[in-house]
Amino acid sequence: MEWEIVMGLEVHTELATKTKIFCGCSTEFGGEPNTHVCEICSGQPGTLPLLNRRVVEFAVRTGLATNCEITRKTKFDRKNYFYPDLPKAYQISQLYLPICRNGCIEVKGQDGNPKKIGIHEIHMEEDAGKLVHDEFADCTLVDYNRCGVPLLEIVSEPDFRSADEVVEYLEKLRAILQFTGVSDCKMQEGSLRADVNLSVRPKGQAEFGTRTEMKNLNSFHAIARAIEYESRRQIDLLEDGETVVQETRRWDDNKGISYAMRSKEDAQDYKYFPEPDLPPIEISDAYIEKVKAEMPELPEAKKRRYQEALGLSEYDTSILTSDLAFVRLFEATEKLCQSPKDAANWIMGEVMKLLNDSGTLPEDMTLSPEKLAAVINMVKSGKINRGTGKKVLEKVFSEDVDPETYVKENNLAQITDLSALRPVLEEVIAANEKSVSEYKGGKTQAMGYIMGQAMRALKGKAPAQEVQKLLHEMLDN
Amino acid sequence: MQIDKTLVMYLEKLGRIELSEEQRAACEKDLQSILDYIDTLNELDTEGVEPASHSFPVANVVREDVVTNTARADVILANAPDSREGCFAVPKTVE
Amino acid sequence: MEILDMSALALGSAIREKQIGVREAAQAYLDAIEAQDGALHCYNTVCRDEALQRADEVQKGIDDGTYTSPLAGVPVGIKDNICTKGVKTTCSSKILSNFVPTYDATVVQKLHAAGLVTLGKLNMDEFAMGSTTETSYTGVTHNPWDLDRVPGGSSGGAAAAVAARLAPVTLGSDTGGSIRQPASFCGVSGLKPTYGAVSRYGLVAYASSLDQIGPLAHDAADCAALFAEIEGKDPMDGTSMENPKFDFAAAAAGSLAGKKIGLPADYFGEGLAPEVRAAVEAAAKTCETLGATVETFPMPIVKYAVPAYYIIACAEACSNLSRYDGIKYGYRSPNAENLMETYVKTRSEGFGMEVKRRIMLGNFVLSSGYYDAYYNKALKAKKLIQQSFFDAFEKYDMLLGPVAPTTALKLGENLSDPLKMYLGDIYTVMINIAGVPSMALPCGFDGAGLPIGMQFIGKPFCEAEILSAAAAFQQATDFHKQSPQQR
Repeated sequence: MEWEIVMGLEVHTELATKTKIFCGCSTEFGGEPNTHVCEICSGQPGTLPLLNRRVVEFAVRTGLATNCEITRKTKFDRKNYFYPDLPKAYQISQLYLPICRNGCIEVKGQDGNPKKIGIHEIHMEEDAGKLVHDEFADCTLVDYNRCGVPLLEIVSEPDFRSADEVVEYLEKLRAILQFTGVSDCKMQEGSLRADVNLSVRPKGQAEFGTRTEMKNLNSFHAIARAIEYESRRQIDLLEDGETVVQETRRWDDNKGISYAMRSKEDAQDYKYFPEPDLPPIEISDAYIEKVKAEMPELPEAKKRRYQEALGLSEYDTSILTSDLAFVRLFEATEKLCQSPKDAANWIMGEVMKLLNDSGTLPEDMTLSPEKLAAVINMVKSGKINRGTGKKVLEKVFSEDVDPETYVKENNLAQITDLSALRPVLEEVIAANEKSVSEYKGGKTQAMGYIMGQAMRALKGKAPAQEVQKLLHEMLDN
Repeated sequence: MQIDKTLVMYLEKLGRIELSEEQRAACEKDLQSILDYIDTLNELDTEGVEPASHSFPVANVVREDVVTNTARADVILANAPDSREGCFAVPKTVE
Repeated sequence: MEILDMSALALGSAIREKQIGVREAAQAYLDAIEAQDGALHCYNTVCRDEALQRADEVQKGIDDGTYTSPLAGVPVGIKDNICTKGVKTTCSSKILSNFVPTYDATVVQKLHAAGLVTLGKLNMDEFAMGSTTETSYTGVTHNPWDLDRVPGGSSGGAAAAVAARLAPVTLGSDTGGSIRQPASFCGVSGLKPTYGAVSRYGLVAYASSLDQIGPLAHDAADCAALFAEIEGKDPMDGTSMENPKFDFAAAAAGSLAGKKIGLPADYFGEGLAPEVRAAVEAAAKTCETLGATVETFPMPIVKYAVPAYYIIACAEACSNLSRYDGIKYGYRSPNAENLMETYVKTRSEGFGMEVKRRIMLGNFVLSSGYYDAYYNKALKAKKLIQQSFFDAFEKYDMLLGPVAPTTALKLGENLSDPLKMYLGDIYTVMINIAGVPSMALPCGFDGAGLPIGMQFIGKPFCEAEILSAAAAFQQATDFHKQSPQQR
């Protein structure tokens, strides 16, 4: 039997605000436990939530960038459950009137044609705290630093039919979130998390099968593997005449398996009801226009602009816009070195190679546009040659040296003062009498050998054309 | 609405409360009489009525995205029944 | 005049004129508390040393012109569900019996800024759930008019303290009548402000959409003075609202001339004690003699107010009270060995029966399958209740009615029958559902010599109007001047 995989995605992304969603605590990652915590986010009696203006702005931005309808009167609801990471014992979220609805992101379908993945809704909510299990004291430690960090939950329709579609959707979504400045989307720090709802059904069947929800998917690679594993597991069960149990499963990327999680409580009844402490948010046309006007350039628009205004190829632009870190580096470098083509070539060639070789993620790259532009400018002006340029960039990348100082201290600059070349060439001519006389005797190939000797003597630091020109000058008369 | 012991026990569970058998029986009786009374609300015609939320038309109350709090874990933990290593401590959550 | 017999404004004025020192005033009340509170139990916590120290600071501040409020230097008692930094705030519950807030409620900050001196924290029904103060974990407060009777609730300590002259003014909170009903039972005046008029930041939540903090005092003028200090929009409470500056002078001046007063017929129906009815009707006549016109009108929605109230209040309460789990603050059961037991034992041992009942009722009306039939239905009823007030205020400047169907009950009379207790809230809960302000004040005594209360119900943010009506009534009558000590 041929099976079809049906998937929907719930993506949580932490917003790049300075403060938490309902209080003035910092959202900075890390820090000693409970140091980014106040009376409000630790749920002290009598405290009340105060909505961060930026959260609404970021949610609307995301909605507009994903073709959503913006809900004109949106409200918060309480989702009630007991767990130590949730100090109020309810999460302020949105159930009844989420801020964005009915959007879509386009991916390449299995048949190669564009396919729209529907976005059911996007809602605002608060993150929970972190639990650390202390084996020695036989207890659990609770840290509320992450508690109250603003999240968007982006819920797709069950439109995915392959892992490729899922990964492409996530890559596009991630680019949108990064480019709009809404989130830095660092999966390692948990600022982008995807849960996959997956079921299988015989191809051609209209009804959905029983689905499972997979959590703890920490990379795109893990997501692809988990989908492969879970769909295989469900198909095997059904082919053996067994049934799929609706449950939440946790993916273990080291072992490459998923296992059923013990549910937080037997009966999950979240008892949602409207949050009485927060007045509704009314979103006007003028507000939406303002957010649109302030919207940073999205990947597709950037591609177009790079091609039309900067003269780059379609291939180059799609690589450069694949990650915000490349875009930032490219745009700044291009301005500094006044050459889009050079900036693009260096980034796509040398920079990406260095990232690859060192296993560095683009977002963790420390290379500054000023230093990259300095290398490019030195090559362009002939101060150093391209080979030296690559070596200097390597040093900049690994040790963050200053490229100009490095070139100077290591005496790597090209000899541009032609009068300094002459004595060296005279020595070369004197030392290679045989070749010189052969050349003078009409054996023009001998010039190649003499050139090689000259460049060796100059340690490659002189422009080859200049050296050749000078040699001709000295030998041809 | 008919209240029975199963429902009372379910409500205890939802509220993370446990009643003694005696309290449970009394509670069943009290909840029944309260709900019988509450059910008189069904006589009120609410056809086509929008559920109310906030009392007065107030909307868009927001604050600026500016950090106003400083680190003071000791203050936040001051009332904790058990705290260790700058954290609230609870009996283990995994088994 | 003795310090304890003075109104808060008179005391404030004597302090400003240096006839009485701030410490002297505080000392007089602290001595009275020490002498009498053993029998009454108005206070959960008395801040003796803090009050005297603060009194000296305030005296300096008055002398150097820092404090200019009419109430500067006046002692005040605060209900034990309003957070006070460094002073236990227990909500009269075992589960918060050791809780010391790390911050001051906005109203407390405002009282400090005005130079009032906090005497202590006042007893109440546990988490403000009750109308007798009998659900308090620390024990019942006795009604100063008859020690065998309840003071009402949930702000029973706040009302009894004023009546017994153990505080000239107090702050209470009112979710379904919790300021007005004890004011009525204890023969004092109390204001439930418009929802949003006073910041709730620092008020331990019972039902967030209904809770309001308000003043209790000997008369309307004192209530107006204290309300003037605490009202106003607070950036810490998103549901607090900007409104025209409250005109204290106009409110305290007192006038009923030309006012159109509506008497909701359904406030005078079955269940209302005849003596209460007679007193309120007589008061309506007094209002007429003071230049108001009075008219009875039907308000049939009244009978649905209590069911709607208990659905909404319990739903919000079960969510608000879920945070008491023995992890962050308050009581934790010593008998718990794992996480689930920490929750269940802490809450089962930490909450009293009335609180548990309301948590269970709240869980019921919100649980899947019942949400629409109960919670959503109640929100629709709320809409209709708001509409009927809106309609009434098209015709009348204010409404007048009894606060409670009876005078103060005997201790234990309603404790065993929760439904009977809930029905006692019939005249007060509607006002909270509609969010409008209401001013309760004494209007007579029953045959047993117990005070009877009535309430002027006003338009949203028209506190000045109902305070002025109450002040006018009090200028013409002396019910509010009676004290249990004289009887």
